[in-house]
Amino acid sequence: MPNLTPQGVLADLQPIFREALNEDNLIITRRSSAINTPNWDSLAHIELIEMVERHFKVHFGLSELQNFREVGDLVDLVVAQENKR
Amino acid sequence: MSLLNFVSCSVDEILMRRQSLRKDLLAAEGLQDIRIAVLGGSTTNELVNLWEISLLSSGFRPVFYQPGYDRIYEYAVHNSKALLDFRPDLIYLHTSCWDVRNKPSLNCTADDFNSCVEVELARFREIWDSLEINLGCQVIQNNFETPPYAILGNLDALAYGGLSRFFMQLNVALAQEVAQRPAVSLQDVHGISATLGMRNWFDWKRYFSYKLLLTAEANLELARSLTSIVRAMFGRSCKVLVLDLDNTLWGGIIGDQGVDKLQIGQGTPVGEAYTAFQEYCLSLRNRGVVLAICSKNAEEIAKMGFEHPSSRLKLEHFSSFKANWEPKHDNIRAIAEELNLNTDSFVFVDDNPAERAIVKAMAPEVAVPNIGSDVTRFAEIIEHGRYFEPFTLSKEDLRRTLSYTDNSKRARFESKFADYGAYLDSLEMKAEINCFKPIYLERIAQLINKTNQFNLTTRRYTQREIESISRNPRFISLYGKLSDRFGDNGLISVVLGRRDTDTLHIEAWLMSCRVLKRDMELAMFDALVECAQAKGITTIKGYYLPTKKNQIVADFFPKLGFQACSRLPELPADATVWALALPVQIKQNHHIKVLECNACQI
Repeated sequence: MPNLTPQGVLADLQPIFREALNEDNLIITRRSSAINTPNWDSLAHIELIEMVERHFKVHFGLSELQNFREVGDLVDLVVAQENKR
Repeated sequence: MSLLNFVSCSVDEILMRRQSLRKDLLAAEGLQDIRIAVLGGSTTNELVNLWEISLLSSGFRPVFYQPGYDRIYEYAVHNSKALLDFRPDLIYLHTSCWDVRNKPSLNCTADDFNSCVEVELARFREIWDSLEINLGCQVIQNNFETPPYAILGNLDALAYGGLSRFFMQLNVALAQEVAQRPAVSLQDVHGISATLGMRNWFDWKRYFSYKLLLTAEANLELARSLTSIVRAMFGRSCKVLVLDLDNTLWGGIIGDQGVDKLQIGQGTPVGEAYTAFQEYCLSLRNRGVVLAICSKNAEEIAKMGFEHPSSRLKLEHFSSFKANWEPKHDNIRAIAEELNLNTDSFVFVDDNPAERAIVKAMAPEVAVPNIGSDVTRFAEIIEHGRYFEPFTLSKEDLRRTLSYTDNSKRARFESKFADYGAYLDSLEMKAEINCFKPIYLERIAQLINKTNQFNLTTRRYTQREIESISRNPRFISLYGKLSDRFGDNGLISVVLGRRDTDTLHIEAWLMSCRVLKRDMELAMFDALVECAQAKGITTIKGYYLPTKKNQIVADFFPKLGFQACSRLPELPADATVWALALPVQIKQNHHIKVLECNACQI
């Protein structure tokens, strides 16, 4: 079972981002976004979302996806989904 | 052996480590390059990513070209230059019922309905025609899944205004049209989506977010089916189904219980389930899949099982039968030798997990589906592997089983002769060697594209290229057919030479492994020499391009008396070049009677 505190979620996201963005030494923070992170293009974005949903067994809504800007948003979305269960 | 069992792994297993898998798979040696253009009605990137992993784990190294979505018509008909520059070996046209704009209205008449089908079909015809004329490569076109909503309920499948009915009709029309085009292959998305289930097919959230229409699970099934089509295109589909006996083809253990107590046939649920599985195996055999037995049993006892009156399978259905106590991977290799086929075209089916595990470990090139031990699921699991995908259903396929059975008979016959030449003479072989003829072009294309072992250059040609070569006076193009007292082997060899002033360059020389060690290659050589001499050629140049599979012909040219030449910079570094000065007087073939041919007069 993944650790669903904000820190735990961020830690789980690290290897997912490294794999999806094909950057072995990448370190993401809550402020990481498509603008300041290498290889994070629209296609990698689709893969990332799919991997995150599968890893945490969550489903983001259309508007959540639409408003998502940086990694911090993603962490909060995962934590919020868990709290709704 | 691939790092990944693509048949049984889940979407999660691939998606979560795709980049790492890709890197590992790319490191394998001997991958076959293939250039694929994907034109999609919606975003195809995820499909292409999965297809890439699937192809890599099947021994192909694909390069893809995918212009933006929803541009199929534009790229195929109006802007084929971009495609042309990419030089694809294969184009996949990926569409869905969601992409079709011209649909019948709810209140439409029979005429409106038919004209909607016709308009849509005409658009596809235009696309295929344009691709065929401009690119001339193989095209894979998918048909349509059931639409996402049935507005008319059950009537949707019945009324002219029902989209369910419309797409059924369109699928029939597509099939009829594709059947007449050798350069187009149909991918049966209707069947694939039904097997996965329509509830797991469309992904509306991703569609509205990124125009990605299908779920990852759907894209994985598409990728697996596409890879099976590519394997078939290159003659890499499996050919042999090796079956265990006890609790695989019948319920119970024949050595312990005796034939009378076996569960097979009507009367018990278990018996009926085994009959159904036997019928499934038999239907595979009827379409050209070779059946063989590999069982730990005493042979005479094992064979009695097929005398059971309810056994649908009979002894004569098996081209090879190994029942003994040797390890199964050794028996599988013995079967391969007897049938003259590679073990990488074998599928091994056994209910015993220990036997599956040892074959997987000791013969990793053999496909070993995890069929479990529940007979009701065997056929479904074998189907899901898509091992035996045919490319075209030629007459050759439908009679291939017969031919391999003949081979097995020949092998038994051979052991009675001390002198191999005497054995060859006793076969009473007759060959027909001639220039390419239109009726054989399809078979020639099939042979050229699936022969890997006895193949000097492993150069592939489309049927279209072969057609144009057959009309080109600069080429000497010969085919060979061979029959003997045990049966007709059909068209089994091809030699293609391109003339450049007084030199003939052998671009392709290949032969089916069914007729290895029968001196057919010598008969082809004699015919080639005769033909070249008649045309005033003074040198024949031969080329050997090594691959993982064509070791057996590494010294083919020197054995025929060719002299080594310096290597050519434009060929791969390990390629060898050979030359033979004409005229050559002595015939090499002494055991095959060659029917009079008029190849040299043309």
